[in-house]
Amino acid sequence: MVLQALADQGVDHIFGYPGGAVLPIYDELFQQDWLKHILVRHEQGAVHAAEGYARSTGKVGVVLVTSGPGATNAVTGLTDALMDSIPLVCITGQVPTHLIGNDAFQECDTVGITRPCTKHNYLVRDVNDLAKVLHEAFYVARSGRPGPVVVDIPKDVQFATGIYTEVSNSQHKSYRPATVGDEDAIAEAVELMANAKRPIFYTGGGIINAGPVASERLRELVRMTGYPITSTLMGLGAYPASDKQWLGMLGMHGTFEANNAMHDCDVMICIGARFDDRITGRLDGFSPGSKKIHVDIDRSSINKTVHVDIPIVGDCAYVLEQMLGAWKAKNLKVDEVALKTWWGEIDHWRARKCLSYKMRDDVIMPQYALERLFALTRDKDVYITTEVGQHQMWAAQFLHFDEPNRWMTSGGLGTMGYGIPAAVGVQVAHPDSLVIDVAGEASVLMTMQEMSTAAQYDLPIKIFILNNQYMGMVRQWQELLHGSRYSHSYSEALPDFVKLAEAYQGVGIRAEKPSELDDKILEMIATPKPVIFDCRVDENANCFPMIPSGEAHNNMLLGDDVAEEDIGNVISETGKVMV
Amino acid sequence: MSKPGSAYPLEKTEQKTETHTMSVLVDNEPGVLARVIGLFAGRGYNIESLTVSETEHEAHLSRITIVTTGTPMVIEQIKSQLDRLVPIHTVIDLTVLGQSLERELAMVKVAGKGEKRAEAARLAESFSAVVIDDSPEHFVFEITGEQSRIEEFVVAMQPLGLVEVCRTGLAALARGPERM
Repeated sequence: MVLQALADQGVDHIFGYPGGAVLPIYDELFQQDWLKHILVRHEQGAVHAAEGYARSTGKVGVVLVTSGPGATNAVTGLTDALMDSIPLVCITGQVPTHLIGNDAFQECDTVGITRPCTKHNYLVRDVNDLAKVLHEAFYVARSGRPGPVVVDIPKDVQFATGIYTEVSNSQHKSYRPATVGDEDAIAEAVELMANAKRPIFYTGGGIINAGPVASERLRELVRMTGYPITSTLMGLGAYPASDKQWLGMLGMHGTFEANNAMHDCDVMICIGARFDDRITGRLDGFSPGSKKIHVDIDRSSINKTVHVDIPIVGDCAYVLEQMLGAWKAKNLKVDEVALKTWWGEIDHWRARKCLSYKMRDDVIMPQYALERLFALTRDKDVYITTEVGQHQMWAAQFLHFDEPNRWMTSGGLGTMGYGIPAAVGVQVAHPDSLVIDVAGEASVLMTMQEMSTAAQYDLPIKIFILNNQYMGMVRQWQELLHGSRYSHSYSEALPDFVKLAEAYQGVGIRAEKPSELDDKILEMIATPKPVIFDCRVDENANCFPMIPSGEAHNNMLLGDDVAEEDIGNVISETGKVMV
Repeated sequence: MSKPGSAYPLEKTEQKTETHTMSVLVDNEPGVLARVIGLFAGRGYNIESLTVSETEHEAHLSRITIVTTGTPMVIEQIKSQLDRLVPIHTVIDLTVLGQSLERELAMVKVAGKGEKRAEAARLAESFSAVVIDDSPEHFVFEITGEQSRIEEFVVAMQPLGLVEVCRTGLAALARGPERM
């Protein structure tokens, strides 16, 4: 019955790990060949792989794990998917209904544990509800603001036979997310946009989640107005990074021009982003002079931290379409003169070249490594995943995305170990594409076992490690805020990543000098097997620009400001008020 | 003294808090109350009072009445957060509607003899409280009314041998003929 429901939902790949309480479902999997099961090495990996699959295809990712430890191991992935609004259905086995609550072997209160880390969850006690619940789970996972849904199925229910319910199109009895935005609010919003002197578009992952159509509409609207656009980490690719109106990412490690434009704008058009603390910095200093329009499918994201003047609850794709329609119907015109002056200011900030760094001949700078990686892969069909830390921010700064669904990173939860399993999921969905996990040597060890999955299914993922032997972002914070006391952020006894790759039946490549980097990267691209690329980089490089926490957008630390002096001093002079 | 380093803003802003009564219509299914309470606990919202019961048996609907406090921004958040829970049908802020009907029931146990006992009985009558259990040494009163009135009654019983109190929490409905 479970497989029938999955078939009716159009599922063709499932990521999982068997165990006692899901054996009946695994037995069914054994007797069919249309549904491909990817056996991971840890349940967290299954969830991240399903996330990578979902994010790169727009489909719902599906996970199958057992009870107890199977379910608890999945919790990190589920929380990650909740924070980043990724549609997943995770089926968990449960001990038989008569044993629930008895502390049975491999029993845990799965619905209790996963309640706060899923969008919704179900415990199915009657086989006659099973099909209906599974269909509902897919509906809830993908509609409105997407998210993970857990369906916990006791083993006796898996064995039982019952009545199958077809997928129905009838309305859900209580869950009815908004799609279309309020026309009056949209009319007001476009008027405000047209009269703006210093406008900016601030977009986020909501555009990606709303599907490729939303990106198309966004491009049309942004080009029609000629306004500058920036995006959060989650929204990269919705607007092409190669376009002249693109200011780069904003936020803590965003560009100087994007953050200053956010601070000085008079009209902010926020679409599918949620004013996260990594974006806003100090709240009372966040874009103090602007009127704010906020489009979001989730009403609870609006007015959560930042007061918004025109809230619009709706699906980005629909609302953007409505905005375009309203703009054209009213035949609105932008203030060309003011816009020219505004672009002049922005060009001035751009000229600061905030991403510049000091190139070295003896050591590979991490920024340089990513610049070369981008240059050598830009004409390829490439998907990027990342781990979490400095390398993630550098990847966001130096790899440029022109299309949505090409960039998979753990934004909200910041899960180290996301990248390898996510890359596995992406490669499963796109077997002929180049899938690269931009990694740090610390993060990558958290889920390294998924190399074994990649080997088993001939998934030629490329793990590009910027190896500085430190948990770089932790080290950077310790340098800036804790007097360079590097408490437990240095990894001694790291494995030999080349040998490790070979042990996992993959290929290991190491680069230590800038001069050899290009050849090695080309070698990696040409290798038709999983590759671990150990790129030894400068141990002390810091990720700039940076808004120190507690500071406003117009108070950024830039790399070349501080390179001259002791960085620790720069912060303490300013009085540590900024933290 | 310099402030400690942090990856998050440390300052808190003090804002005036308000008390709101919300009426929430939910599917009567296992775990729904845990979802609501978990939301409040997980996000650090206050629960002053909480009342739950199935109200429409055929439709499997329960009504949860919550009294909560928070800044206006937090109150808005609470409503939006409740609203996006899957089994929740409707969230109504009765305080915003204004003039809603609010009642609570309390049982108040008072022990004493002689003068104090007579005084308790006399006071109870003036509060329209009903005696539901008694002996020469005690009374259990039942009182229904607005919360402020129940509080007054409990305070009045304090010097007269108050033993314990059980309160149901608030039940509330909007005035007028319409359904929520």
